[in-house]
Amino acid sequence: MSTLSLAVRDSATMLRRNLLHARRYPSLTLNVLLTPVMMLLLFVYIFGDTMSGGAGRDAYIAYIVPGILLMTIGSTTVGTAVSICTDMSEGIIARFRTMAIHRGSILFGHVVGSLLQTLMSVVFVGAIGVAMGFRSTDATVLEWFAAFGLLALFTLAFTWIALGMGLGSPNAEAAGNSAMPLILLPLISSAFVPLGSMPGWFRPIAEYQPFTPAIETLRGLLLGTEIGHNGWLAVAWCVGLTVLGYFWSRSQFDREPK
Amino acid sequence: MTNPAIAANGLRKAYGEKTVLDGIDLSIPAGTVFALLGPNGAGKTTAVKILSTLIPPGQGSGAISVGGHDLATDAQAVRAAIGVTGQFSAVDGLITGEENMLLMADLHHLSKAEGRRVAADLLERFDLTEAAKKPASTYSGGMKRRLDIAMTLVGGPRIIFLDEPTTGLDPRSRHSMWQMIRGLVADGVTVFLTTQYLEEADELADRIAVLHHGKIAAEGTADELKRIVPGGHVRLRFTDPTAYRAAAAALGDETVRDDEVLALQLPSDGTQRDLRAVLDRLDAAGIEADELTVHTPDLDDVFFALTETEAATDTAAGIPAPSKETVR
Repeated sequence: MSTLSLAVRDSATMLRRNLLHARRYPSLTLNVLLTPVMMLLLFVYIFGDTMSGGAGRDAYIAYIVPGILLMTIGSTTVGTAVSICTDMSEGIIARFRTMAIHRGSILFGHVVGSLLQTLMSVVFVGAIGVAMGFRSTDATVLEWFAAFGLLALFTLAFTWIALGMGLGSPNAEAAGNSAMPLILLPLISSAFVPLGSMPGWFRPIAEYQPFTPAIETLRGLLLGTEIGHNGWLAVAWCVGLTVLGYFWSRSQFDREPK
Repeated sequence: MTNPAIAANGLRKAYGEKTVLDGIDLSIPAGTVFALLGPNGAGKTTAVKILSTLIPPGQGSGAISVGGHDLATDAQAVRAAIGVTGQFSAVDGLITGEENMLLMADLHHLSKAEGRRVAADLLERFDLTEAAKKPASTYSGGMKRRLDIAMTLVGGPRIIFLDEPTTGLDPRSRHSMWQMIRGLVADGVTVFLTTQYLEEADELADRIAVLHHGKIAAEGTADELKRIVPGGHVRLRFTDPTAYRAAAAALGDETVRDDEVLALQLPSDGTQRDLRAVLDRLDAAGIEADELTVHTPDLDDVFFALTETEAATDTAAGIPAPSKETVR
């Protein structure tokens, strides 16, 4: 069997294993979904009138849903960090390492599994947003595809980063903690309030961190707002983080197991 | 003799300053059981990890081949030839026993039908059919160990590493594990076993190597090893000091006295004839011991014997040649 077909076959087996875990034990996935859903409800129904600055609840739903969707990706990938870390401490990983299988398949199985789970979470949170009144006002079919593509690319990037965090952590608690920035970063982005309302010294930080360009691009695609330089900035972040996360994860995985 | 199933020259491993393996040589013929015997921390697990490609050998190690493949250049071929059951359970606790087996079948690239057949056969053979649909995390220690080994056997490996396969098992499970290992050997599989128990090595292994401070302190068959162990003895205890002194006098020079607890210890191979001789001498002197115990050599004795030899000859290796009869 060629290396490629071996890699595909073993990765598919590992993917099945991870999806089986997710199906048997959905609690981790559901827990990480709680944060974005609570944020959505809280900011719309509790703070909505103040946050919107008088523009009304509907306008504010439209404003925050793109950010909430990306926040969903951030918080779901925390689950990825925790689950790979837990998995690596299991004896079965040592067994895999002594078998004649494609070495990368263990990681690829986790990445693809987590990608699917995260995208399902995004669809789920998106559906809640729609139920609460979110409507895409200005999106062609092409823009819908682009929006979905951006979400997938963003998920891939953060999944690899989360994988690196999980592999580098000694235990599940540490993995959860080291992945905290993935939940916190959206709070200091343009997800909930426009950059213009932030203090001037802080604005560059908020503007160039990975979440803001992605949020602004998604807003532009779904609602027709100005995208500007945010489009390529978002793609650059995603590609950069994917490459970084990939090599980081690989090097940690190839380290001598303790 | 054909090429050995496992061959290693000067296997070394150190973690920082701490030397775990200090140059061990192995040559294990195909189809035999080899036991690496040693206490916790002797380096048994490290040796298994290196030979099973889990960790690289340390600097200065010589050539290592497993299943005829060079460990350094062709690790993947080594992996295809071996099966490993580590000291800590290597089953996926989140999925069922059957799913664990099918996972292994998929990773060995068996067809769906063949995978199911092999999984069902092995589950049956290891008495796990009933529990097959339950998550492996709910299994008892013995069941987990059986599932672990069943998973190792899915690919039909010709060389199997078993790292302390019976540690933590109850006596019944231990015996069924021994049965299982004998079954493997009958199929011509080479077994590399580590254990803390001389008894276990004695039961199963064709050759035994005693690992001590990262070196092989002695190697040979079970009988050869026992010959270098002077630990077999009879112990007599008394409550009456007068009887104690009389017995010490009656039993002669070889007796070791322990005046504090009124116990006598005399070398014995534990045979009926030997015991009768002791009892006859006591009867002749009209002495009755309050307690008599027969002590057979165990791992402790092997270690005491080996470390004493080391101290006496004051050599680093201190390897008593198995063929040399040791004075008792």
